[in-house]
Amino acid sequence: MINSLPLRAGILSVVLFGLFLLAWHLAVSGTGPTVEMDPAYAALMGQAAVQGKSAMPGPMDVAATLWGHLSDPFYVRGTNDMGLGIQLGHSILRVALGYFLAVAVAIPVGFLIGMSPLMSRALDPFIQVMKPISPLAWMPLALYTIKDSGLSAIFVIFICSLWPMLINTAFGVASVRKEWLNVARTLEVGAFRRAFLVILPAAAPTILTGMRISIGIAWLVIVAAEMLVGGTGIGYFVWNEWNNLSITNVITAIVAIGVVGMILDQILARIARLVSFPE
Amino acid sequence: MSTFDDPFDPSRRLSHAGCSCGQHKSQAEHDSALASDEGRLSRVVESAAMRALFPNDLTRRNFLRAVGSSAATAAIASVLPLGMAADALASTGPLEKTNLKIGFIPITCATPIIMAHPMGFYAKQNLNVEVVKTAGWAVIRDKTLNEEYDAAHMLSPMPLAITIGAGSNPIPYTMPAVENVNGQAITLAMKHKDKRDPKQWKGFRLAIPFDYSMHNYLLRYYLAEAGLDPDTDVQIRAVPPPDMVANLRADNIDGFLAPDPVNQRAVYDGVGFIHILSKEIWDRHPCCAFAASQKFVTEMPNTYAALLRAIIESTAYASKAENRKEIAEAIAPTNYLNQPVTVVEQVLTGTFADGLGNVRQVPDRIDFDPFPWESFAVWILTQMKRWGQIKGEVDYTSLARQVFLATDAARLMKEAGLEAPETTEKSFSVMGKPFDPADPEGYLASFPIKRVS
Repeated sequence: MINSLPLRAGILSVVLFGLFLLAWHLAVSGTGPTVEMDPAYAALMGQAAVQGKSAMPGPMDVAATLWGHLSDPFYVRGTNDMGLGIQLGHSILRVALGYFLAVAVAIPVGFLIGMSPLMSRALDPFIQVMKPISPLAWMPLALYTIKDSGLSAIFVIFICSLWPMLINTAFGVASVRKEWLNVARTLEVGAFRRAFLVILPAAAPTILTGMRISIGIAWLVIVAAEMLVGGTGIGYFVWNEWNNLSITNVITAIVAIGVVGMILDQILARIARLVSFPE
Repeated sequence: MSTFDDPFDPSRRLSHAGCSCGQHKSQAEHDSALASDEGRLSRVVESAAMRALFPNDLTRRNFLRAVGSSAATAAIASVLPLGMAADALASTGPLEKTNLKIGFIPITCATPIIMAHPMGFYAKQNLNVEVVKTAGWAVIRDKTLNEEYDAAHMLSPMPLAITIGAGSNPIPYTMPAVENVNGQAITLAMKHKDKRDPKQWKGFRLAIPFDYSMHNYLLRYYLAEAGLDPDTDVQIRAVPPPDMVANLRADNIDGFLAPDPVNQRAVYDGVGFIHILSKEIWDRHPCCAFAASQKFVTEMPNTYAALLRAIIESTAYASKAENRKEIAEAIAPTNYLNQPVTVVEQVLTGTFADGLGNVRQVPDRIDFDPFPWESFAVWILTQMKRWGQIKGEVDYTSLARQVFLATDAARLMKEAGLEAPETTEKSFSVMGKPFDPADPEGYLASFPIKRVS
């Protein structure tokens, strides 16, 4: 008798995954119509054209490629050919730099906006206009002004992770319960102590929610940014394999991107749990 | 100069870190080494050879400045006097910068730029070049303008467009060498197997790699010759080469005029067939180029000369049919083109499947010839004007001379023991219609379909 919910959910997940793999396998197996070809001509053609084999790889092909990448993730065979691990490392480093820059800007500014109704109203139009701009739209401008593609990618990460954190911080700070602020005022706590000892802990869960949204967006954007500027990173890897029409490697990269994104999100979720408090 | 003077010193200096030839710790040591009888004797011979080669003192000094005295010394000392030119190329003068970055697009047009890395042509010039794969021509342009790349693989119309500021800010750009001639093709989707006459192509959606490309001008020319207006009768879109095959498979486009290996890849995957090769439109047309900013050329003349030497030697190696298989294997891996070797080999050797069941043999499907004829530039400018990319008066000749560095290429080709043309202009014909570089406006006026009145 299976009663535990997590166990049942786990089993269901595995079953669903198995069904998905089976459907995938069935969809791509089998060959299409083949045409009679001169052997000399056939030697110059690809498998897709000769055997009518589907260009879409099966789950086994992807698993084999994934295993190949996992067993040797850090090779360097030249500027344009590095292991999956190195590419992911480059992407994570870029995301981290842009993201922490955004944290350093968004949280103080968010505090300012949250604590001062005047600043809140004054900055609101700018935030409302800047927020919906696709981060990639900044790319040509960044390339032109910063004159460095690596820094441009970091700038794009910075700009896209800024807004959720800024808005959440401002909201968290503004909605700290009035009673707590009144208590602080009664005890004649100074502005700095009030900000750090009362408002920060009270607003922390909301701030962390903003940070968690931001890291997700940053990870989404880095892949697109690297596909644009190239060089290194997981986005470049996807582009390079797309160039070779290697769907197997593209799927492998998709899996890797998903797993890393999940890990980043889980790290932020853990931190959020540390600062949450019961009311 | 006196026979015993140092003939390798373009500008004798009194205090010097190291000596003038670079082989001794100080100038004193250098002089004492030469003071020995043997040194003196060889100096006499060297001097004679040097003077025979360069009777004019000013030319000799300029040559030494460009090549570097140590290179000249080594050359003359080792093989006198015939091998001098070839050996001067084998070593380099004092380089301003040895770590260079060159951007390229993964297509076979870039073969000389790419292969010079795995096959050691850069290393031979003591250059440590990193060849960086780049996502598209707009990014190549931005990264070169940023100075992230020291030089780059570009489409031959791009340096002209950058210099006059079409599609970017005007920045003086130069094109010291053409990479390849021919090597493009029109590929159509399999469903158009029976529409081999361009007159039947009304309403087609056709792709080109970039607006400022030979592909654009050749495709427009080809369509216009068939009586189609490329702006109204068909749709021409700029699509990055890697997306072309996928778009053709997805039926988003009907065909493309693209660089290889894209055409051959479409055939290899059974998606399209090769309608015509670009050489059937204009035989030996230029396509891609090796380009650098004028700033790089003037600020680092020695590095520039060494780099250009590497490119010209590499191009000369690639132009030999017997080397093509070896080159295909060198440039097909993930680090460079990232394509199946057989696809690259079919492009480079010219023995290829055409997608319709035939094996064709066209040895000059792609060829490599570095000489940047100024008349090529003039033709490109006429087409830019024809399709409204540039407007108003165009100073064809001076622009061509400023951007296409034909004289530099000729000088270095001669030094590399290659045959270089005596003139910088030649006439040619495109689809049977002769082009006279001396009369670009008359040529432009002769077309019925154009965007200028």
